[in-house]
Order: sequence, then C-alpha cells, then structure tokens
Amino acid sequence: MRHIISLLVENESGALSRIAGLFSARGYNIESLTVATTEDPTLSRMTIVTIGSDRIIEQITKQLNKLIDVVKLQDMTEGNFIEREMMFVKIRAEGESKRSEIQRLSDIFRARIIDVTDSTFCVELTGSGGKLDAYIKTLHDGDVIEIVRSGSMGITRGVKALTL
Amino acid sequence: MELSGSEILVQFLKDEGVEFIFGYPGGAVLHIYDALHQQDDVKHILVRHEQGATHAADGYARATGKPGVALVTSGPGATNAITGIATAYMDSIPMVVISGQVPSGMIGSDAFQEVDAIGCTRPCVKHNFLVKDINKLADTLKKAFYVATTGRPGPVLVDLPKDITAPQIKVPYKYPKKVSMRSYNPTVKGHPRQVKKAVEVLLSAKRPIIYSGGGVILGNASEELRKVTHKLGFPITETLMGLGGFPGTDKQNLGMLGMHGTYEANMAMHDCDVLFAVGARFDDRITGDTSKFCPHATIIHIDIDPASISKTINADIPIVGEVKTVLSEMVKILAEKDLPKSRSSALESWWKKIESWRKQDCLAYDKTSKHIKPQSVIETLYEVTGGDAYITSDVGQHQMFAAQFYKFDKPRRWINSGGLGTMGFGLPAAMGVKLAFPNSDVACVTGEGSIQMCIQELSTCLQYDLPIKVINLNNRYLGMVRQWQEFFYEKRYSHSYMDALPDFVKLAESYGHVGIRVEDPADLQSAMEEAFSLKDRLVFLDVITDQTENVYPMIHAGAAHNSMEISPQHKKKLGAINPDGELA
Repeated sequence: MRHIISLLVENESGALSRIAGLFSARGYNIESLTVATTEDPTLSRMTIVTIGSDRIIEQITKQLNKLIDVVKLQDMTEGNFIEREMMFVKIRAEGESKRSEIQRLSDIFRARIIDVTDSTFCVELTGSGGKLDAYIKTLHDGDVIEIVRSGSMGITRGVKALTL
Repeated sequence: MELSGSEILVQFLKDEGVEFIFGYPGGAVLHIYDALHQQDDVKHILVRHEQGATHAADGYARATGKPGVALVTSGPGATNAITGIATAYMDSIPMVVISGQVPSGMIGSDAFQEVDAIGCTRPCVKHNFLVKDINKLADTLKKAFYVATTGRPGPVLVDLPKDITAPQIKVPYKYPKKVSMRSYNPTVKGHPRQVKKAVEVLLSAKRPIIYSGGGVILGNASEELRKVTHKLGFPITETLMGLGGFPGTDKQNLGMLGMHGTYEANMAMHDCDVLFAVGARFDDRITGDTSKFCPHATIIHIDIDPASISKTINADIPIVGEVKTVLSEMVKILAEKDLPKSRSSALESWWKKIESWRKQDCLAYDKTSKHIKPQSVIETLYEVTGGDAYITSDVGQHQMFAAQFYKFDKPRRWINSGGLGTMGFGLPAAMGVKLAFPNSDVACVTGEGSIQMCIQELSTCLQYDLPIKVINLNNRYLGMVRQWQEFFYEKRYSHSYMDALPDFVKLAESYGHVGIRVEDPADLQSAMEEAFSLKDRLVFLDVITDQTENVYPMIHAGAAHNSMEISPQHKKKLGAINPDGELA
C-alpha cells in the first residue's frame, strides 16, 4: 500500500543522506521525497511517499525512528490527512484554438497560467497526485515540453499536529 | 581552562575514563598525537593496521562492557578502519572511532588523503559526527560516547578536520557531565502489561524453550536470565553471540542453536509451543527457512531495539526494553506466583523428549583418528584452561568448533565476529582483551586462513608484551568454504586450498614469540599445557588438523530446524532412532 510518512528531522548536513541511504540500503521504495525547513530553524520537515506491505512499512517507520537525526515521525495514512502536490507544466501552445483549449482545461482544473510566450504556456497546478496525473492525461503527448512535480506533502486534519 | 582541540580530545578521554586508545598516526591526526605524547593517563596502543585498531577496541569493549576507542588518520586510515567498524555495528558493540580529516577549508577538494569518512561509514555506524566548530567538540564527543553505549549499542565515528585540532586555537573546556538529545531516548522499561502477559504465557507452556542472544551479554543480564531460567525450569538454547549468557555446563542448557547448533536445541525449537526470545534478533543463521520456523510456537520477544522485533519473524508478545530490566521485572512477578514444586507433567514429558535427543550425542566425532581432530583441540583447550579463559576467534570451521566445544559458563568470555563474520578479527580482538585482563588466560582460536588476514598484529603483541595464546587449527584449507564445496558443489574445491603457507613456527619466532607445532594427536595435551605454562610469552600453537573434518550438525541454508545434516558418528546411532527422532 501507498503510505505518506512525515518526519521532523534535525536540520543538519547529512540528515537527508542518512534517510535516503536507509531506503537504498534496505531496498525500500521511495515514490517521492520533499524536504524544507520549518518555523523552527533547527528542524526540517520531510514528507516521504513510499509503497510496501504492512510489514515493510512497519520496518520503514521503525528504522527511520532509529536514526538519531529523526526527531519525530508520523504515518499520515493512519488517519485523516490532506495531501497536496504542486506541478509546473510547460506546454506547446501554438494557434488560437489550442491556446484557448489549454486555458479552458486549466480553468476546469483550477490551474493557473503563470508564464506565456507566443508558442508556450507554463501552467501551475496544485492538488493530489491523482489530480495532477489527470491533468497531464488531458494534454496531447506531443504538447508537453517539460513537467516539474514537487512530490507530495501531507498534513493531518483536525487539531492533532506533528510538532515537538 | 583554555585548551586546543587536540588537548580537549585527550582531556575528554581522561575525564570519560578511557584507559586505552588503539590507533595509528598519520598527517591529519599529528596534532592529536602530539597531545597524546604529553600525558600518560590515556595509553595509546600502536597497532600495525587500522583494521587491527578497530578490532582491538572491539575486543576490549566485548570483554569489559566499556566502550572501545580507536584513533585513525584521514583517507586510508579511515577506510582501513571500516571493516572493524562494520564488525562492531553488526554485533552492536559500543565503540568510538576518532578519524582525522583534512582541514575544513579543503574538504571536498580531493585533497591528499581525503575521503568522505562520514559518507563511507554512514551505513555501518550507529551515528557519526563531523566536527566543524571547536566550541562544539567536547559536547560532540560526549554525545558520541552516549550514543555508542546506550540503547542498542554500536560504533560511532567522530571526524575531526585538522584545523579543529590545531595547537594555536584554544577555547575554554569543561567536561560535559550530562548530555541530552531530543531525538534519541532509548526505551528502558518494558511495558508492564506485556511483561505480565508474557509471564502468563510462559507459565502455561507445555513445550517451552528459551532462546537467548547477544543482548543478554551486552545488557549484563546473565544473572537475571539464570534466575528466570532456573525458576521456570525450561530448556534454554543460546545463539553464537549469546554463549556464556547462561552457564554452558548447566543441565538446562541445550547449547547453541541454528545452522551449526546442537540436534537437541534445533529439534526443541521446531517442536516448542512457546518460544521465549531474549535479546536475540532471529538472524537467518538461526531461523533457516522462516516459513518453517517454530511452526507451533507462541513467540515472546524482548529486545531493546523496536526494529528488531517482528523484522523477520512475527512476535506474538513483543516487549521493547532493556533485557536486564524486563527480566528483573519477571523475576519479581514469578516470585509472587506459587509455582508447583515439581515440574508439571507436560514439562516433564517435554524434558524426556529433549533428553532422548540429547542422548544421540550429535557432537560425537572420531576419536580414533590418526589425525588431530579440530574438536579435540578445543576440548583440550577447555581442559587446560579450566574452562575459564577468554576465547576470541576468527571466522570459519574453527569458530564453530570453539562455539560447540568450549562450554562458556560466564558472559563476555566468548569473543567473535558473529554478524559480519570478519576473518582477521581474532588476534587484534585478543589484544584488546589481554590489555583489559592481563592476568587472565586469553586464547585466539583461529585457522591458517583467518590468521593471515591480521597477522601483522603479532608485532603489536611483542611491543606491548601481550602473552596471548594463538591456537591455529591448520588444515591447509579454508575449511568452511571447503565444507560447502563438498556438500553443495560436488567437491569442486575452487580456491579453498591454502597453498604456499608460511612456516608458522618460524614466523612466530621472527616476530619474537614462541612457536610450537603439533602433528600427532598424542602430543596435543602436552603442547597445549606447555603453551599455557609460558605465562609471559605469546605462544603460536600451530596444530596440524584433519583436512576432511566437517562441522556437524548442519542445517542447510533455507531448511527447517528439524532437517539437519548429521555427522557419520551420529548417523551410526540412527538405526536406533524412531521417526520422531527419539532413541528407541
């Protein structure tokens, strides 16, 4: 099953390589990984999307917890949570009909066009991974020039939070 | 007090109570060596190769329970140390390795003798630190010792760029007595409800067995284990790392289990209805085929490392905590219970079955051979040392023979590389042990293959006057490799023969030691006695052993516990054994 694991880690050089190294050394999957500092400059927040059986996921969370740099960990998938991913797509947009079609599609997906040239659009879109996939599907293969995805981040619903 | 980085390091080691530091100098650690030179409290032992430094520190740690400390230079110094670090990591040995590094400003420039020591060691340390600020040096060292010695112990590396240790830069130093790390708080006490539940399951068991591992030794829990085992009256089997955790000569002890475990231990594992795992990690050499492992058992598992629980084998009653604390809790609960004076009838018939397995004498070997049998060497070693020596070993057949035939009654007497299986471990490890216990007998059981992997340390032994006894089981083969080739590769002995061996007697002599060769079984006893009578000399006992001997019993990789390859001597008795494995 697909799990989203959020971590608070010491904001130190090497912390990322320890976590990435753990996944490669033990043969676990990483679908995506995002990391940035938090409101506390000594902490980074990391979101890892991984796939595995219950047994593998249990090992992943235990092994991550064992790393000295990992301060706190939460498997988002165990409760209610919100997941978002951000994407930029650079699309070939030549000719009036194509340009308006892309604009229409973008409106449906609540995407924003953030850069325009006479032959391209750059579109920004936020949502679940599935929504981003669906948007890409609506585009013609030959029209996609470049895609940048941030990887997923997650936050729990309700009062509960992953903080110290 | 204002000190340089090097002085802080040395003063810190003193304050931390470090007696010995095993190391080898080089460019990046010259400032540190200069500081070491100006004091006598921390004794530096100059090894001949950095692998030896880490193994010696490791041996010291295993024998004493205190952290071992090694000091190596940057680049090749650090990479040479890695085998020893990985060895300690796999067996959870507390160790702190200080490595020199090129000056901070040159890191990343491919400088002379530069290697990313943090990156290289990352997968085989519990944690590592690169010190970038001299003001954080003392705290970082304290954290290194704290992490290495608490929770599930392990090696920690501290990488020190040369500018951090420079004599010109001095900062105030105060020994950090306390350390706190928000991200590291090992669990000590087991969950009370789980402990109570475990005791109830134990008391209702009909065919129980205790399976104890290295955690008992590391956690100094032998006394508690002995109490619980005696109180319950259960059979107990130990892993390779757990030998000595429970007295080897006690009737309740079935000996080692697993790939080369005893027949009775493995059969009991297969048939048990309750498995009580204490500080053991269900390694593949123990479990064999995990789908056929203890098929009828409810499994109770105590371990300090949550990640070890239900990793390969699912635990029905997991208890995360220190083995010592959890077992003492159990002792208390058991004391309050009214246990029947005599064993229950179920336990009585379980023991009867076990005794019938034991009677088969699975470790029997040919005592009439005209060649020296390796098993007889270990038996003789056991007799001559009164069963009370510190035994280190290398890796291979000799290691298994030592584990099977030397009955360790005390913890920390059996020192071997169990997890990583590092050839070359035995001799340097014995140096660490002998330094810690100069008045005890210390023997390194080795083979002609393993000993050559760190033989240069014979020179260190002369320099520091370490009268270790090297017991070389010389069969001119990489014995365990040969055994597997015999069983699984139709006797195609590919590169397992040790051709062009040195004359070990002359070699020992050229290193300034005593060498004795034994070829006739009739001379074995007297040669062993002579070796141990030379109290202040290192003796290299080169024992020419039978080339064809194999280690039995053997569970083939991936097989179940009840399907063992047994020795020819054991097979002879098979005619008298019924299909249940019992003697008729």
